[in-house]
Amino acid sequence: MTIHPVSPPKNLSRRFVLRSGAAAGGGLLLGLYTHGAAAAVVNASEGVHADDGPFAPDAFIRIDRTGKVTLVMAQAEMGQGIYTAHAMILAEELDAAFDHVVVEASPPSDKLYANPIFGIQATGNSNSVRAFWTELRQAGAAARAILVQAAAAQWKVDPATCTALNSEIIHTASGRKLAYGALADAAAKLTPPANPPLKDPKNFRLIGKPLKRLDTPDKVDGKALYGIDMLPPGVKFATLAACPVFGGKVGHVDDRAAKAVPGVRQVLVFDNFVAVVGDHFWAAKQGLDALDITWNEGPNAHVDSALIWRDLEAASEHPGAVAKAVGDADKALQDGDRFEAHYAMPFLSHAPMEPINCTAHVRPDGCDVWVGTQVCARAQAIAAKVTGLPLDKVIVHNQLLGGGFGRRLDIDGIEQAVRVAQKVDGPVKLVRTREEDIQHDFYRPVYYDRLTATLKDGRINGWTHRITGSSVMARWFPLGFQHGVDGDGVDSAIDEPYDIPNMRVEFRQHEPPAVPTGFWRGVGPNNNVFAIESFIDELANKAGKDPVDFRLAMLKTKTPRLAAALELAAQRSGWGNPLPARRGRGVAAQVAFASFIATIAEVEVDENGEVRVPRITCVVDTGIAVNPDTVIAQLQGGLIFGLTAALYGEVTIDKGRVQQSNFNDYRMLRIDQAPAIDVHLIRNGEAPGGIGETGTTAAPPAVRNAIYAATGIALRRMPIDRDVLAGRKQP
Amino acid sequence: MTSLRINGQTHDVDAPDDMPLLWVLRDILGMTGTKFGCGIAQCGACTVHLDGKAVRSCQLAVGAIGNRAITTIEAVGATPAGAKVQRAWLDLEVVQCGYCQSGQIMAAAALLATTPHPDDSDIDAAMAGNICRCGTYVRIRAAIKKAAAATQV
Repeated sequence: MTIHPVSPPKNLSRRFVLRSGAAAGGGLLLGLYTHGAAAAVVNASEGVHADDGPFAPDAFIRIDRTGKVTLVMAQAEMGQGIYTAHAMILAEELDAAFDHVVVEASPPSDKLYANPIFGIQATGNSNSVRAFWTELRQAGAAARAILVQAAAAQWKVDPATCTALNSEIIHTASGRKLAYGALADAAAKLTPPANPPLKDPKNFRLIGKPLKRLDTPDKVDGKALYGIDMLPPGVKFATLAACPVFGGKVGHVDDRAAKAVPGVRQVLVFDNFVAVVGDHFWAAKQGLDALDITWNEGPNAHVDSALIWRDLEAASEHPGAVAKAVGDADKALQDGDRFEAHYAMPFLSHAPMEPINCTAHVRPDGCDVWVGTQVCARAQAIAAKVTGLPLDKVIVHNQLLGGGFGRRLDIDGIEQAVRVAQKVDGPVKLVRTREEDIQHDFYRPVYYDRLTATLKDGRINGWTHRITGSSVMARWFPLGFQHGVDGDGVDSAIDEPYDIPNMRVEFRQHEPPAVPTGFWRGVGPNNNVFAIESFIDELANKAGKDPVDFRLAMLKTKTPRLAAALELAAQRSGWGNPLPARRGRGVAAQVAFASFIATIAEVEVDENGEVRVPRITCVVDTGIAVNPDTVIAQLQGGLIFGLTAALYGEVTIDKGRVQQSNFNDYRMLRIDQAPAIDVHLIRNGEAPGGIGETGTTAAPPAVRNAIYAATGIALRRMPIDRDVLAGRKQP
Repeated sequence: MTSLRINGQTHDVDAPDDMPLLWVLRDILGMTGTKFGCGIAQCGACTVHLDGKAVRSCQLAVGAIGNRAITTIEAVGATPAGAKVQRAWLDLEVVQCGYCQSGQIMAAAALLATTPHPDDSDIDAAMAGNICRCGTYVRIRAAIKKAAAATQV
C-alpha cells in the first residue's frame, strides 16, 4: 500500500501541536491537535472544514498521580508487536519506566489517530513504526520537557540542571528526585514545547533492546480478549451464509426446519446473505445448516479460474500506464539477445486464525461495535452509515486482532453485523464459519507479469516489466491509484534495487470478473519481488553467472545496504558449498517496505515433486530495530506465511464460487514442515524500515530459485506445481 | 442438564448432548480462552485436555464427556507441565497475534505430561495438528525444548 507512485499525493504529512491538560481524576494528559494538510485530505472527504481538527486531550499520553503512564495506541495490535514498539518509542523520549507503562486501543478517529503516511486511521503496509517514528518521539520528549519544567519550578532551579530517568526527574547537583506521578498535576498546567530536542540514538535506553512484549502475558493464559471474545450482557450469537456465487442474491428461504432447532431465535434474510440468531453459536450454526436457501446466482455463475487466467493473460498483451522509465528501454532491448519470461500469482485468502466476526448493539440513540479492525474509523463510519446515526453516537471498541494480514482492512463483516444487530433486540455477535471466512474474502489478486531483458558484459542493460492485475488501491484508497498506476501494484518494481541503465515499468489495471480483491500481507512487493527475483535468476543462468555474484555486481553501487546483506547471507548460508542431488539453494534480494533483506532458502525436491525446505537464512537491514526480538520474530513468521503461499496457496474459482473452504483444502504450513530459520540483523543508525510483511515477500522467490538450482526447472507461477517438478507435466 | 468437571469445578449446563464442548465453554460459560478456528478439527485452536489428553473441543460433544476431567487454558498453569510451558512461552516470546496459542500451549503441555523430553519427531507428531498463521513454529519448538529442560517453574 505504498502511496508514492507516479504522482505522489502531496499532502500526506501532517503537522500537529501538542497540548497538555488536567485529567479528570488528577494527573497529566498530553494530547495532540491536528490541523493542516492531512486533516484537509481527510476532512475534505467528510465535508468538514479543514481547520476544525479537535483537541484530543488523551490522544497519546496520560500520567496519573500514581505514576502509571497510559499510552493510547493509534495502531492496531495484530501480532506484529506494535503496541510494544510504539510504547518503547514514546517511553524512550519520555524516560518513563517501562514497567509503569500500560497501553490501550485508541477510539475511532481519522483526525486524531491518522497514520501520518496514509492520512487515515489504518494499520498496514508495515509502516506503523516508520509513520509514527518522529511523532511519537516528539510527543514523548514534549511530555518529558514539561515534567522537567514542573520539577525545576518546585525546586526553584534551572530546568537545564535536571534530567529524567525511569519515571523520575532528578536534580543532578542535589540528588533530589520527584516521581512523574507527583509532578503530573503541576505539569498539566504547563505548555509543552513545539519542537522538543530528541535524544541522540546512541543514548537510547529502550529502543534497540529486546524488551518483553506487553501483550504476551495475557496471551499465554487465555485472558487476552479478541473481538470474537466479546460477551456484552444479554448477547446473542449469529452466523451467516452469503450467496456462494460472487454478486448473487438470496432467492427463496425455507426456514421452518431452522426455526425448529432448539436455541434458534431468529432467521434474518438480507439481500445477499441469510443470518441465524441463537442462544449460542452452535444453535445458530445448526439452524443455518437446516435452512433451505435458493440463491439467485446472478451474472457471475459462469466464471471460473480458466476464464480469469485467459482474460488476465490477454489483458497483459496490451501496454500499461508507464510507472517509471529510465534511459531507453526499447532501444536497449534491440541490442543483443533478448530474453522474456512471464510470471503469475494466484488468488489467495487471508485465513487469519480468528475468523471474521463482529459484535454490535444497535439502539435508537446509539450503537456499540466490538471488533478487531485495522481501520477503526472506517468501522465507525460504516456502522453510522448503516444505522443512520451520527458518527459520535457510534462507539467502536477495538480489540486485539487474531491476525490481520490485510483482511481486517476491510469492513464487510462489520457492516453485516450491524445490519443483523438492527433486527435483534440487544447485542449480537456475528461469527463467520471458517468456510464463510475463506469463501467471502477480499482476495490477493491474480497477477500476470511480463518481463524482458537484454544483457551486456554480464549485466542487465535493458529491462521492461509489465504488471497486469487488479488495482486494490482504486477501490480501497483512490489517492494511491493515479494515471492508471496503482502505487502498491508497482511497489518494489519501480524502485527495484539493481543498477539497470535502461528500464520501463508499466502497470495495466485488469479487474478479474466477479472476485473481490484486497490487500494481503506483502501486498504489491509479493508479486513484484517474486517476478523480478525469479527473472534475475534466469538471467544469471543465461549469463553463466553465479546468482549471488550476478546480483552483487548490479547492487554494489546502487544499493550498497542490500549488497552488504546479500554478502552476509551468502556467507551465513554456506552459499557455494556442495549439496547432494535434488537439493539446492536459492536467493532473493529485496528492498521492500524500506528494509533491505537478503534471503537464502535451501530445498530438497523428491521424485514426486514434493518440496521440503530444511533451512532459510535471512539477513535484514531495517535501520534502527526498535525491538530487535520482535523484528526477528516477524521475519521468522513472515517467511513461514510466505512458504505457505509458495507451497500451497491458491484459491480457485468454479461456477462463480470459491472452491476451497477450510484448512483441509486451503492448506497452511504446519510445524513438521517448518524450516530452521536463521535471521540476522545488521545494526546501524538508519531510520527504521518496515518489517511485518517482508518475510512473506522473501520466501516464495527464494524457494522458487532454490528449486531452480536443485532441478533446473524454472517455475513461473505460484504455488509450486508438484506435477511439473515430478516430470508428470510440462512447465 | 449436563454436568461437566472443568478446571476442578463442576458446572451444570443446559446444553444439547450433541453440542461441542467448545461452544459450551465459550458461549454458555463465558470461558473465552479456548478459541474457535475451523470447526472441523483441522487447526487445533480449540484444544483442551480431557483427563490430561489433548482433544479438539470443537468435535467433542458434551454428552460424551461424562465424568472425565476437562482442563482449559485458564487453568493449565496449575499443572506442572502447563506451568513450564507457559514460562517458556514467555521467556522465548513465542506469541504474535496469540489467537492460536491457547491451543498450542494445551497441546504442548499434554505432550510434556506424557513425554517429558520430546525429540523433534515427538514435537512434530504432537504439534502438527495446531496451525499458527503467524508462523511461530520455530519458537514453539524451541520453547517446548526449553520447557522440557526446566526442572521446575
